[in-house]
Amino acid sequence: MTYSAIVIGVSSGGLNALKLLFSMLPAGFSIPVIIVQHLSPRSDGRWINLLNENSKIHVKEADEKEKIQSGTAYVAPPNYHLLIEKTRTLSLSIDERVNYARPSVDVLFESAAEVYQNELIGIVLTGSNSDGAEGLKRIKENGGLTIVQDPADAESAYMPESAIATTKVDYILTLENIIALLIAIDKQMRTVL
Amino acid sequence: MTPEVRQDLEISNLLETIYKKYGYDFREYSAAHISRRIKNRLILSGISSVAEMERAVIQDKKFAYQVLQDFSITVTEMFRDPGFYLSLRKNIIPLLRTYPFIKVWHAGCSSGEEAYSMAIILHEEGLYERTTIYATDFNQQTLDKARDGIFSNDLMKEYTANYQLAGGKESFSNYYTAHYDHVIMNQHLKKNIVWANHNLVTDSVFAEVHLVLCRNVLIYFERNLQNKVQKLLFDSLINGGILCLGSKEGLRFTDFFEAYWELDKKHRIFKKKY
Ligand SMILES: C[S@@+](CC[C@H](N)C(=O)[O-])C[C@H]1O[C@@H](n2cnc3c(N)ncnc32)[C@H](O)[C@@H]1O
Repeated sequence: MTYSAIVIGVSSGGLNALKLLFSMLPAGFSIPVIIVQHLSPRSDGRWINLLNENSKIHVKEADEKEKIQSGTAYVAPPNYHLLIEKTRTLSLSIDERVNYARPSVDVLFESAAEVYQNELIGIVLTGSNSDGAEGLKRIKENGGLTIVQDPADAESAYMPESAIATTKVDYILTLENIIALLIAIDKQMRTVL
Repeated sequence: MTPEVRQDLEISNLLETIYKKYGYDFREYSAAHISRRIKNRLILSGISSVAEMERAVIQDKKFAYQVLQDFSITVTEMFRDPGFYLSLRKNIIPLLRTYPFIKVWHAGCSSGEEAYSMAIILHEEGLYERTTIYATDFNQQTLDKARDGIFSNDLMKEYTANYQLAGGKESFSNYYTAHYDHVIMNQHLKKNIVWANHNLVTDSVFAEVHLVLCRNVLIYFERNLQNKVQKLLFDSLINGGILCLGSKEGLRFTDFFEAYWELDKKHRIFKKKY
């Protein structure tokens, strides 16, 4: 199976989770990663720089109309929804909050599911609201691979629990095992090619 | 035909119909944005397909204007991105001061919060009396709200914080009168604001101005359309005029990247080259 993108939704506890993720992804990891992390609207981009410094793939804030590229991770800017265009570029929007959140995981997941169909991996990690549950369902309906962090392993269990309650997801794993799975999938894709 | 291809086709037919029948051109808006808004409307109205929605748009003018409202995202704030307004005060006001009269254009002003914010800054800097502010939008409903200048009292706490972070010199409550759950902006602030319906996609240059603010409008357009609208903004500015974009918008992917000096990279303030 070939995957063209990984989308990740994460809320409280997310900084630690993302730190672990990016410290473990190897150089040459090819599938682009697109992330919504709930944050205060006024937060600046410093935490993204921190992630980038400790990562072997490039981590950056998403720019509008930017082309999605292999070996890169994009993070939604605070106070903007992040959407994916059919042309595989990124779009931003400031319409109403969804699930009290902007950026909202559901908004990213729904637009990504529409564009990537079964070439998408959707992941819900730690968090304390239900954003992402509907979006993950849409990813599953469109044939994508759905992964949720084991609530017992998550700093905040509510977001993973909501996702699991809404969708019969493909994998429920600890964060470390999710990362191992992603690395294995990516490696397999690259050897097949 | 896969369901996705069919839906794309139906959406493009819908946009074509809206353009032909009502003159509003959404054909080069961001497809992800349009698709999301259409899906929301389908759910809210109980209509089963985009094709059916197209029929409803043809038959029912009221419904068509509802769809227009859906596509026009009117979310806005007073002193949104306070750091931007601080920079405006510090770097742009001294420039404006050199002109005997000043013309400012808010392109896509929504319900007016941005234009009122500008009026307040110009007032505090002693420039308001010699300024005309053109505040335009293609959405008449939101423009009417802007002209009324009536906002929910609930928002004032946040706006006051923004105002202070933006370098406000007085008490923000001096600029409005509160009536229970709403506030009315002072008449004085409205005096030099001209509210007008103008569509950035289909209308042309209407004035030569010293300062253009077009913030958080272009993110909804495809690159090609961004470029066309950038031309309109460029043609509306005097030489040495100032262009302000939203904090996530830029000129890089347009033909106008070389046509401006970047005055403030972070806050997306540009000066048209002489
Ligand atoms: C998100 S609001 C931005 C308001 C304000 N500039 C701000 O940054 O807070 C976008 C506005 O652009 C307007 N708009 C969208 N397309 C337009 C067009 N073709 N011509 C004029 N205004 C347009 C919408 O009606 C809406 O009021």
